[in-house]
Amino acid sequence: MSYMTDRKRANRWGSAKSGTQHFWRVKVQSVALLVLVPLFLLFVAPVIGADYDTVTAHFARPWPAIVAALTTVVAFVHFADGFQVLVEDYVHGIWGKMLIIGMTCLCWGAAAVGVFAVARLAL
Amino acid sequence: MVQLTLPKNSTIRTGKTWPKPEGATNVRKFKIYRWSPDDGQNPRVDTYFVDMDSCGPMVLDALIKIKNEIDPTLTFRRSCREGICGSCAMNIDGINTLACIYGMDEIKGDVKIYPLPHMPVVKDLIPDLTHFYAQHASIMPWLETKTNRPAKEWKQSIEDREKLDGLYECVMCASCSAACPSYWWNGDRYLGPAALLHAYRWIVDSRDEATGERLDDLEDPFKLYRCHTIMNCAKTCPKGLNPAKAIAEIKKLMVERTI
Repeated sequence: MSYMTDRKRANRWGSAKSGTQHFWRVKVQSVALLVLVPLFLLFVAPVIGADYDTVTAHFARPWPAIVAALTTVVAFVHFADGFQVLVEDYVHGIWGKMLIIGMTCLCWGAAAVGVFAVARLAL
Repeated sequence: MVQLTLPKNSTIRTGKTWPKPEGATNVRKFKIYRWSPDDGQNPRVDTYFVDMDSCGPMVLDALIKIKNEIDPTLTFRRSCREGICGSCAMNIDGINTLACIYGMDEIKGDVKIYPLPHMPVVKDLIPDLTHFYAQHASIMPWLETKTNRPAKEWKQSIEDREKLDGLYECVMCASCSAACPSYWWNGDRYLGPAALLHAYRWIVDSRDEATGERLDDLEDPFKLYRCHTIMNCAKTCPKGLNPAKAIAEIKKLMVERTI
């Protein structure tokens, strides 16, 4: 039982004064992926089914390596930010926070693994 | 956590079927949601038959006819019967709209009428809009000025006045907010399309001097950024307005003043 007024309930804690940076960052990532994903496919397509030496030689060139690394990082960070929005929508309380922390760690970890793999191929 | 199933005491059961009007040849079937807080029963759907030869063309005409001639306990809000007051907003044939301006010729088959979805029900077709109105009040829906009051009126150019078109017409019927999945899941914190449309109406008003404060108040992951441009609000608005566009304009202003 609470005697909170309707206006108090509607105002809650006021404004968090944040959200725009996250919104803008997701938009920038989306635009970046619009360019990166076709480029990534363009660079990967020629070596699909090729032998190991051909693939390593391909990714030892700067552009395929840079595009692959960038696509991996931007895609995983974009996924983490999108997942945060999804969780904020549907899961509230401590479980929401745990999921956001877990998925953010997982995505940054996956991005790091991706970059390391590209570096191994390229260097 | 989002709730996907109804609690046991909210599941809808088949209700009473009222007799067909005697001697009527042009009869239409109405299936209407009924719930009373007084009897401790689950909600039910009652079936009514209305003689269309002696009934007006709008859904509200049929509801009034049912209340007057068949079942006086049927409860719903109505006032202006011309789409101005927003009182008779309900879910008709799966669409949130105003019963007074929704023609029965637009509906195929039985006419199914429910209260606005995801709102607490007061009785039958009446939703509890207390929180919805409090959210509207929270965006300060009035002219805020700091300059001394002019001797005559606050002047506004024709071009600036035109910016309010498509915004000021909102009648606060809550059809849009009740159609928005983001408002369903986070209605306690997300302001919803109606309140945000009104917020933009005052942000874009050339006479208002509290634009910065208004944007400050809205910059919040829940108050504003729960809108994912689903567009149900624009699709359902009985006045043909586009709250999603107004929300997008607010987001654009937020980015403009940040980047």
